Amino acid sequence: MSVLLQQLANGVIQGALIALIALGYTMVYGIIQLINFAHGEVFMVASYGGLATFTLLPDDLKKSPAVALPLMFVGGIAVAVLVAVIMERFAYRPLRNAPRLAPLITALGVSVFLQEAVRVFYPNAKSNLPYPKVFPEGNLTLGPVNIPWTGVLLVVLSVGLAIALQTYINRSRMGRAMRATAQDPDTAKLMGVNPDRVIVLTFIFGAVLAGVAGVMFGGYLNNINIDMGFQNGIFAFTAAVLGGVGSIRGAVIGAFIIGLIKTVAGQYMPGGTQYDYVWIFVVLILVLVFRPQGLFGEPERVRA
Amino acid sequence: MRKHSVKSAAIVGASLLVLAACGSNKTEGGGTTGGSCDTSKGTLTVGVVAPLSGNLSALGVGIKQSAELAVDEANKKCTVPGFKLTVSAQDDEANPAKGAQAATKLSTDPNVVGVVGTLNSSVAQTVQPILRDKKIPQVSPANTNPSLTRGNDFLTAPKRQFDNYFRVCTTDDLQGPYAANYLVEKAGKKKIAIITDGKTYGEGLAAELSKQVSKKGGTIVGSEKVGEKDTDFSGVISKIKALAPEAVYYGGEYPVAGPLSKQMASAGLNVPLMGGDGIFDGKYIELGGKEGDLATSVGAPTESLATAKAFVDAYKAKFGKEDYAAYGAFSYDAANAIIGGLAKTLEGGSAWDESKRDAMLTNVGAYAGSGATGEVKFDQYGDSTNKVLTVYQVTSAKWKDVQTGTFTG
Repeated sequence: MSVLLQQLANGVIQGALIALIALGYTMVYGIIQLINFAHGEVFMVASYGGLATFTLLPDDLKKSPAVALPLMFVGGIAVAVLVAVIMERFAYRPLRNAPRLAPLITALGVSVFLQEAVRVFYPNAKSNLPYPKVFPEGNLTLGPVNIPWTGVLLVVLSVGLAIALQTYINRSRMGRAMRATAQDPDTAKLMGVNPDRVIVLTFIFGAVLAGVAGVMFGGYLNNINIDMGFQNGIFAFTAAVLGGVGSIRGAVIGAFIIGLIKTVAGQYMPGGTQYDYVWIFVVLILVLVFRPQGLFGEPERVRA
Repeated sequence: MRKHSVKSAAIVGASLLVLAACGSNKTEGGGTTGGSCDTSKGTLTVGVVAPLSGNLSALGVGIKQSAELAVDEANKKCTVPGFKLTVSAQDDEANPAKGAQAATKLSTDPNVVGVVGTLNSSVAQTVQPILRDKKIPQVSPANTNPSLTRGNDFLTAPKRQFDNYFRVCTTDDLQGPYAANYLVEKAGKKKIAIITDGKTYGEGLAAELSKQVSKKGGTIVGSEKVGEKDTDFSGVISKIKALAPEAVYYGGEYPVAGPLSKQMASAGLNVPLMGGDGIFDGKYIELGGKEGDLATSVGAPTESLATAKAFVDAYKAKFGKEDYAAYGAFSYDAANAIIGGLAKTLEGGSAWDESKRDAMLTNVGAYAGSGATGEVKFDQYGDSTNKVLTVYQVTSAKWKDVQTGTFTG
């Protein structure tokens, strides 16, 4: 029993990380129907941005986590937002009216570009880099279950930001503009919505969440490498598809489902941890067979 | 004006000389030129295939630079009369497919006399046949999987696999059991959990260890797998923690093992992690390896061997740092075996051509010398006759040797 609870806790933490990234995939898809495969790399770049911020801090600030940690978040998010905005402006905007396949291939290209850029230009990025120890140490112990404080923080941030995002999109004026653009960009334009602004803002929101995820990833797992964006990006993409791509709620729930399947199937299914990835995709396929639009997605609209 | 043109003529002349000296070979030089040696017959190349980028680059760069050091010294000592030697280092990124590309590139160069590498047993599997087809000797400083030399039935029916393949390090069918003996008998850990990364090296090592653990009266309480690119091991750790092991053995390399050890500790599984030569690197500690963790590695500790001192000093003088990593001394010896074989082949001042390849293979196989790791000699399978292993432990954030010896059953 205690093992099950511990595995559930592990799964929730993994899910929280995936959810933060999955939101970026699903929002961008909701607005411009683009699977932004480079989003995983935005998450990776943010992690290196946070690390670089720490490295550049003066020595006395490095010793006080209360200052260093928020600055790392700021640095990581700033790098992520910058990369996302440049990516949107120069890689995707020129292809706004191109066939859907063109921006998709571009996204793959941007992904490779970012990964290689970090590998070549970031000092020592050729191998894993340890993350600074400015995060809260130790564990939260609930009976038999041990959860690192960084994991708790990750879950709180993930759920909190997802709720804030959902509220913003449902309540605010800009959120309404986003929903309008998602439904019908041409009509939204006629109603006075500036689609460029909406799209940039969507990329920025995605990047902020990926930035938080990138820095928290380093804090929770203690070291980072240039492959982290690809692997977690695939999970996040899967989560977005599972939950129904375009749906905020779906992405978050899909992410938690993936995290839980990975840990629980690794514990109890035949083959153990060797096959935990298999079960994730078995569930994905089953869901897509019976609900092709995903758990919370709307059926695909045909656009004129 | 006139003066100017004389000057430029001199520069052009000098650069032509440099170009001529480079000859047909445009790869990175192995350092300084032969000095006073006669290099009139041209340039021959010692290839290196190792991970120069990626997670294992600390080990790969150590291999490359140590081979460069050996070539450099041979050039200074005119070991191969009439020829200048260079190193051509190819990156395999620890990836078998990239390794095959690197080997193909080297094998199409008629001046490549031998190859030092690879680091990974899995990469060796794709490199071996490519080099065999061209009869190019391959001497590995680091492959420890026994099947590479003796086939899959290496214990019951050993059979030479590749007549061009040699290695200067010992093998996992000794390393695994040696680690098992230490864990069960010396450290008194009877309940051992195994985690592997699914690659040739880790799987083979862990399999050999578990056989010996059972033989010595210990039990393997569980055995799990992690992905090479995984970062969050909480699932695996929770599963293993429930089995209450006294030690965890990891079959794989330090980029996974370091974070794994750290995550074990923070999940409250405070038992030592032990691994093979793949985790024996300073990076392991940097990435989260904790106090009391153990590793076996091939050979005696480099710093303690009298024969190694000259190597360490020369390496430091050439590269400024002692970053030869776990396999530097082995790589130096591997390169010297190739150079020694070449010197014998070209004895009497003959020229290098394709017809010399058979003699070259025989001579590398028959090479015997005293190297940085001790006696360097190959048995009938191409394995090293040097079977020394060492157990290291993380003590005050450094690997410290605790036991050196050979596996005796």
